[in-house]
Amino acid sequence: MRVRIVHDTIYRYDRPVRALVQALRLTPRDHDGQHVLRWRIEPSADGRLTPREDSLGNIVHMFSADHALDEITMRVSGEVETADTSGILQGSVERVPDPFYLRETELTAADEAMRAFAVSASGDMSADPLGCLHRLLESIHRQTAFDTDTTHVATTAREAFAQRSGVCQDLTHVFIACARHLGIPARYVSGYFFRADGVVEQDAGHAWAEAKVPNLGWVGFDAANGISTGEAHVRVAIGLDYLGAAPIRGTRQGGGSENMDVKLRVERGRPPRQMQLQVQA
Amino acid sequence: MGRAAFDEMTGRPNGQAAEGVRSAYAALKEWLETCPPDFFDTRRSQAELFFRRIGITFAVYGDNQSTERLIPFDIIPRVLTKPEWELLERGLKQRVTALNAFLGDLYGAQECIKAGVVPADLVYRNPHYRLEMLGCPPPHGVYVHIAGIDVVRVDEDTFYVLEDNARTPSGVSYMLENREVMMRLFPELFAQHRVAPVENYPDALLKTLRSVAPLTATRDPTVVLLTPGRFNSAFYEHSFLADKLGVELVEASDLFAKDDVVFMRTTEGPKRVDVIYRRIDDDFIDPLVFRPDSVLGVPGLMAAYQAGNVTLANAVGTGICDDKAVYTYMPAIVRFFTGEEPILNNVPTWCCREKEALSYVLDRLPELVVKEVNGSGGYGMLVGPHATKRELDEFARKLKHDPDGFIAQPTLSLSTCPTFVASGVAPRHVDLRPFVLTGADEIRIVPGGLTRVALKEGSLVVNSSQGGGTKDTWVLDG
Repeated sequence: MRVRIVHDTIYRYDRPVRALVQALRLTPRDHDGQHVLRWRIEPSADGRLTPREDSLGNIVHMFSADHALDEITMRVSGEVETADTSGILQGSVERVPDPFYLRETELTAADEAMRAFAVSASGDMSADPLGCLHRLLESIHRQTAFDTDTTHVATTAREAFAQRSGVCQDLTHVFIACARHLGIPARYVSGYFFRADGVVEQDAGHAWAEAKVPNLGWVGFDAANGISTGEAHVRVAIGLDYLGAAPIRGTRQGGGSENMDVKLRVERGRPPRQMQLQVQA
Repeated sequence: MGRAAFDEMTGRPNGQAAEGVRSAYAALKEWLETCPPDFFDTRRSQAELFFRRIGITFAVYGDNQSTERLIPFDIIPRVLTKPEWELLERGLKQRVTALNAFLGDLYGAQECIKAGVVPADLVYRNPHYRLEMLGCPPPHGVYVHIAGIDVVRVDEDTFYVLEDNARTPSGVSYMLENREVMMRLFPELFAQHRVAPVENYPDALLKTLRSVAPLTATRDPTVVLLTPGRFNSAFYEHSFLADKLGVELVEASDLFAKDDVVFMRTTEGPKRVDVIYRRIDDDFIDPLVFRPDSVLGVPGLMAAYQAGNVTLANAVGTGICDDKAVYTYMPAIVRFFTGEEPILNNVPTWCCREKEALSYVLDRLPELVVKEVNGSGGYGMLVGPHATKRELDEFARKLKHDPDGFIAQPTLSLSTCPTFVASGVAPRHVDLRPFVLTGADEIRIVPGGLTRVALKEGSLVVNSSQGGGTKDTWVLDG
């Protein structure tokens, strides 16, 4: 499927900022189930934009501006060709060994209740790890209410689990925390999701988890939707948790308080134009 | 308590008749015996006055009553002979050489993991193992420029390394101030002993820092000392050292990064910075990379560092060496990277992540010292022989719940030194933190270090946050 994305992140400041630095993890890379056809980042203000690769293999652009700004829009747009690989990730950029993805972070630390839940929801890991992770995914999806008002960006997996509600970020953190407790390397993925119900305008990007299933490889688990990842998912960045994969991390000088707004369109891209062969007579 | 401790003055286990004296202490013992008590009382109050006047204090976290305290200073010096020091010096150089090679390998080829010297998951799951350092060797390949290696002594010939402090070890200002106070109060003692100087520490530190400036720096690199600010417990030391080094003491707001170069704001405009002696933990140095809520860091600093345009001392990611589980592998690490037997031994340690070790530890909890793998400063630690039944039960529970988080060691009978206490002069347990400086050119260690003393009778906890004091440390030059 060809997915077209236009993603604006708009920051408005009370007072002008004097200087701004942002780290942007907003650029997808190719893997077997995803081919980036075109992609660009367009800041609405002048500044310096330099691409790098971080230690996990994400493309990170550093953006810095040192002139007064009342607001700035960071627009990313492009088209990605996706294919359904039954959630199995192949051909991705891998920079660090698997045990790294067992590391607990503040956002993904499990408490006693979560550990007990992870074990009971998944069943016997040794026999059928993939099946276990699917059971875990279903349990989390079933028992957690999708609610944009009960959590914020710094909500931990423990908090989200205790209140049984949250957004895709929180469900993903809960899944990761449980999987790691079960000894399965797991990581956070930020990206985009094409909605089959025809809704094009979205409020935020999407997030899901990848778990390293023994004898199979990395598999995408979308806890918010309760499904494996497929052609509707556009994979952008990975991290141990939200913080490691966050689309934009920034600091600024001045500016007073800020207001952030996201405008996101995810829609089906145009089919490729018919190849026209001109044969010279 | 097991066997009695070795006393560094008498050379005998405590409790036995205290006649006899080791030659290093002969003059000191006589001095203690012949001077009248009121002479010592006067000198002790003079010493305290001196420390109050220079304002050398430290803050105790979690203590609301007195945020700033004076660390008790004991006027009886601790004496090491030249051969003892030479042994320590060789051992320390070997250990720090191994630490630097170990870090270079962990963030490079990872041969030590492949060879099974350290378990992979201990490294990768460690929060202090910083992926940002992978494939980014620091200028001149030095990671730990300033190390504080805590050493304890158990008998005439045996020194153990208790822990490695490879992040931002503190305490060197006490080493320097203690010496200065002693020289003012007791010039006659220094006339009788040939005490090796420590006053050249700031020179050695500055030479070390300048030697590791990036290749982009000029012949006269700009060095700064980055402090979290005056609310930090060691702020006194930061300002003291900056002053002694003759470098700027800066906070994050004084620095900024632009196009992968770090600058300092000055009245004459931005000035390029080459070497940052930072006394801020990794977590706080760059909000774009580490904790986003940090206001103590410089956004873009890591990018400049990774680009090789600035040196951080110590490097990012050295904290893995402070990990007490990694510590248990240090003898093997020393062998692997130096090809030599360790000169300084580790304290025998049970790594509770290993099943057999855990059950051994649980069986013998009342005899052991249990420490949190990521703890420091004497917090979160159990001293078995001194613990109540309730504390023991609580630790047993903690251990079973999170065995990976703990190590255990036998209760060492740390050596004692004569110390002034309420009842007169009595033996008290001591440790030693020498400071090892690694530059691009050489390893420098000033002879001595910070001796910490547990002032409570029988106590083995020397940390200043737990009621420990300090002493001047003398290395006799022949």
